[in-house]
Amino acid sequence: MAKKNDYQLGQANINAAGRGRMRIAEKPKDLKGAATKLLGYGKDILPQFILAFSSSILSVIMTLFGPDNLSRMTNIIEAGMKSGGVDFNAVIKVAIRSLLFYLVAALLTLTQSLNLNRASQKLMKKMRNDISHKMNRIPLKSFDSSSFGDVLSRVTNDVDTIGMSLNMASSSVVSSIVTFIGCSIMMLLTNVRLTLIVITCSILGFMLVNVLIKKSQGYFTRRQSYLGMMNGHIEEMYAGHLIVKAYNGERESKEEFEYINEKLFENNWKSQFISGITFPLMELLSNLGYVSVCVFGAMMAKEGLIPFGTIIAFVIYVRMFTMPMSMVANSITNLQSAAAACERVFEFLDVEEMEDESYKTQKLTSVKGDVEFSHVRFGYDPDKIIIKDFSAVVKPGQKIAIVGPTGAGKTTMVNLLMRFYEINSGKITIDGVDTRDVTRENVHDQFCMVLQDSWLFEGTIRENIVYSMKDVSDERVEEACKMVGLHNYISGLPNGYDTVLSEDSNMSAGQRQLMTIARAMIQNAPLLILDEATSSVDTRTEQIVQDAMDLLTRGRTSFTIAHRLSTIRNADMILVMKDGDIVETGTHNELLEKGGFYSDLWTSQFVNAEAI
Amino acid sequence: MFKAIKRMRGKEVFLLICSALLVLAQVWTEMKIPDYMSGITMLVQSEGTDMPAIWKAGGMMMLCAVLSTVIGLSSGYVAAMLGGLYSKNLRSDMFNKVQSFSLNEIDRFSTASLITRSTNDVTQLQMFISGGLRMVIRTPISVAVALVKIWGKHWQWTSLTGGAIFLVMIIVVIVIRYAHPRFRRMQELTDELNKATRENLTGIRVIRAYNAEQYQEEKFENANNKLSDNMLAAQTVMSSTRPFMGFINNGLTVGIYLIGAYLINQNIGTTEALVTFSEMVVFSNYASRLLFSFMNLEMIFNMIPRASVAAERINEVLDCKLEIVDGPETKGVEGKEGTIEFKDVCFTYPGTDGEVLSHISFTAEKGETIAFIGATGSGKTSLVNLIPRFYDVTSGEVIVDGRNVKDYEQRALRNLIGYAPQTAMLFSGTVRSNIQYGEGGNHAEDEDADEEVRKAVEISQSKEFVEKMENTYDADITRGGTNVSGGQRQRLSVARVIYRKPEIYIFDDTFSALDFKTDRVLRSALKERTAGVTTLIVAQRIGTIRDADKIIVLDEGKIAGMGTHSELMKSCQVYREIAYTQLSEEELA
Repeated sequence: MAKKNDYQLGQANINAAGRGRMRIAEKPKDLKGAATKLLGYGKDILPQFILAFSSSILSVIMTLFGPDNLSRMTNIIEAGMKSGGVDFNAVIKVAIRSLLFYLVAALLTLTQSLNLNRASQKLMKKMRNDISHKMNRIPLKSFDSSSFGDVLSRVTNDVDTIGMSLNMASSSVVSSIVTFIGCSIMMLLTNVRLTLIVITCSILGFMLVNVLIKKSQGYFTRRQSYLGMMNGHIEEMYAGHLIVKAYNGERESKEEFEYINEKLFENNWKSQFISGITFPLMELLSNLGYVSVCVFGAMMAKEGLIPFGTIIAFVIYVRMFTMPMSMVANSITNLQSAAAACERVFEFLDVEEMEDESYKTQKLTSVKGDVEFSHVRFGYDPDKIIIKDFSAVVKPGQKIAIVGPTGAGKTTMVNLLMRFYEINSGKITIDGVDTRDVTRENVHDQFCMVLQDSWLFEGTIRENIVYSMKDVSDERVEEACKMVGLHNYISGLPNGYDTVLSEDSNMSAGQRQLMTIARAMIQNAPLLILDEATSSVDTRTEQIVQDAMDLLTRGRTSFTIAHRLSTIRNADMILVMKDGDIVETGTHNELLEKGGFYSDLWTSQFVNAEAI
Repeated sequence: MFKAIKRMRGKEVFLLICSALLVLAQVWTEMKIPDYMSGITMLVQSEGTDMPAIWKAGGMMMLCAVLSTVIGLSSGYVAAMLGGLYSKNLRSDMFNKVQSFSLNEIDRFSTASLITRSTNDVTQLQMFISGGLRMVIRTPISVAVALVKIWGKHWQWTSLTGGAIFLVMIIVVIVIRYAHPRFRRMQELTDELNKATRENLTGIRVIRAYNAEQYQEEKFENANNKLSDNMLAAQTVMSSTRPFMGFINNGLTVGIYLIGAYLINQNIGTTEALVTFSEMVVFSNYASRLLFSFMNLEMIFNMIPRASVAAERINEVLDCKLEIVDGPETKGVEGKEGTIEFKDVCFTYPGTDGEVLSHISFTAEKGETIAFIGATGSGKTSLVNLIPRFYDVTSGEVIVDGRNVKDYEQRALRNLIGYAPQTAMLFSGTVRSNIQYGEGGNHAEDEDADEEVRKAVEISQSKEFVEKMENTYDADITRGGTNVSGGQRQRLSVARVIYRKPEIYIFDDTFSALDFKTDRVLRSALKERTAGVTTLIVAQRIGTIRDADKIIVLDEGKIAGMGTHSELMKSCQVYREIAYTQLSEEELA
């Protein structure tokens, strides 16, 4: 906080700023690669794209004839004025032809945009669905060891960027290029000298705009960084309001705010101004072309070198010609960020998936609950083995307690039992069957699981309890809720079991935990994994939650991440974990006698209780 | 909306007026150019004009073009300045206002909402002021100037232009009616989709354990379809109308020429025909500018509602009246240092009707340790929050150092207190900057700050992990302290309190994320430091508070028992219940 001036722009949270609709052009690593990938990915919408682009090209060509037709009309009128009578029929003919051309152009544009819309929406939809699908197909390891979490949270943003660019930028690039070329040809065909004048003006303009865009980019980037920093600071200070107040940190926080605000202001108006300059300058060049065409055209017309209609045509061509240049410059920036977004999306979609297990025909059914670990060796990182050689036999109905200090890796056991992670060597068997010989789904079916952070989703209470189980009767749901002592509470809610749980629903932590226990009861699997941490639950509810948990362990082989003394002492086997490895196993008494790590842990706890 | 604009300061108002004048000048010069074109046309068509006349007209045109650009640039400068200044001041006003809020007001808006209001909404308004406002000013001016230019020419042209404008208006109405609401729904639907993704991510273990992948994917697909359909519908409306806008514009030009041909034919051979011819050339130019201005209406109608929603949300914050205001006193009563007294305190959260605390009375003498225990929702945190005056009591009195907390300047009151909240909050910075955070506390002039930080870290049992971090005491802490574990955050939060050396310590359930062993060691180290200093501890675990001088048992906002551990074990039913759930009988014996 004290360091006011060492702000590293690079560290600013661009993500937060991304919420405003401005985006900085990100440089993709490989533009061509991204394009090829996207092309391959969007194969089935390719016909629609081609249709869209070809109608766009045709439409531009039709429009290009517009000035030419207008020029003809002018010439006919001019000729008529001189000869003493306008050939009105000829004028009408050209007018009708011209309108027809414009109408066809409009219809082609319609075809183009409707198709492009449909195609890009289809692609976006597919991409999002694929991402959602993929999320559940990749090993947990990939989530834990990389920042996919962040990537995914931005996925909708990325997909939107891709869709937008496909929709707007790609079509405007295509039509701009066609307009540019077509316009040049039409002008050259009409008059070479005037064309040269127009092109000189436009190229000058394009160069100028390019310089400005480059220059403003710096301000834009800095503005985004400061905006990100500003939003970051605001978020932080608001979130920490209590501390700011309690420690009188207002002055400090305000100083920092003012510093960022001043910087932001500077870059804000400069970037705004410079980007605002582009338009009037382009306008100036377009006007310059316009004036040149008028003056030189007038001179040429005077000398009888060109008919007056040519000037009329050129006046319109000048505007048509300068427009695409600024458009292309703009679109390229957009396409660049789209390519960067593409790279991120495909990077995720290309992550290696979990092994396809459909060939495994063996199945675990009516499991008794024998679990055996033999010579299990495991490390999250293959170079860093944490569980070196673990063997244990668990009989049906036994209670296994996993204990250890915070951060000792107690969830590792959950990960291995559930095959969220694959062990490096050795094996884990259920009823004598190696868990790797059956499908993961089959393994999961054998377990009920209640974790510390009671995960509920937005949906009704019933949906949350039934979850993915099929054909669960309402009676069974109620029965489960009665068993965990939730039924009365739920029945008392205005919508009962159909109450929708939302993020801000005022269910207590204990009640949420009870819901997940009820969910596990519906699942009714022979093995149980339980994380009994109840630090977030108040003491009275804790008792109810514990009773519910005890009920759940009945008749099941259970693996409990234990925090309660009673669980620990009554366990048939205690696995003591430290720094990731299982350092001791045995019953409570055995371990106390051993006088090792467990007894150390126990004593520190006991000292607490001693004085009571 | 207007209220938000009214908030502009003198300089900003001046800029706004400048901006309007510049836009007017710019539009005028721009529209002057076609006039000269008309002149040139006349010159070309009439016999016997000399080149200098054309050069002169061309020169005037050029002058107008350059002038228009210069004015355009200055108007751009003014608009950028205006937008920048306006948002800077507005942002600053918002920030200062929110900083002055008590928890009361924060609760009313919610932190998340305040953040969006201070960031997104301000940006929205800024974009409107610097971009949209110019368009709002420009459109009617353009329309007026163009109307003046084409007025009084041939009625046939005017009515054709009128017809075209009518068609454009119909399209604008269609877009506003059918596309805008859908675009506005987009955000909502995107949020829903993001929620589905987040849900899938946070629950990934549960989802896999229950083989519920299919279930989640269906849910996602549902949200995805909704978003996709909505977007497609909105874009279809937009893309169906756009080509016709273009067609109307082009058709108008053709129509004007066609009518022109007819008009010229009528007056053939007269100068009238020549005038009509030159008018025709420029009329189409003005007409299509006019049309464009009307097309802009669509954008304006899109922008204004958004900006006014943002403005309204900002106004709500800025107009919010503060409920907690400073008292005059900066010091407590002499000889009463370190004492706290609650006199029949009742407390209800503003805007709710359940009483959270009822008739709480107790005293804490200097140097005493007072502990609060009770179920979640029994009012422990609410009680300690009244001491630093995060909220005001509904009735009764809270007295610190012999004075009612309402009589203190808030700064002065909080300087007396060292407070560690339930959820440890770290700021981005370093370990050191987090520990030294804020102002106040009892620091001697000549004290060695580094040594004090080191001591605080040691007492809070953070030494081991802090010294293992890269750069130790100057190690970076990310925003929210996400690069250290929950237990480490709590310990650093305790170190912050210790460093402050306050007259009164408040620990609100600060030790919950620590394992038993660390908890015990920390508390015994803390005890030495806090000896002689009044300490209030809120806890869940009996072990944490058993040796307090006074334990206050709260149950549904009332005091259910007060005394030492052994007294309460004998006399207080609620306390015994808590004890039994935490420890088995034999351990209690």
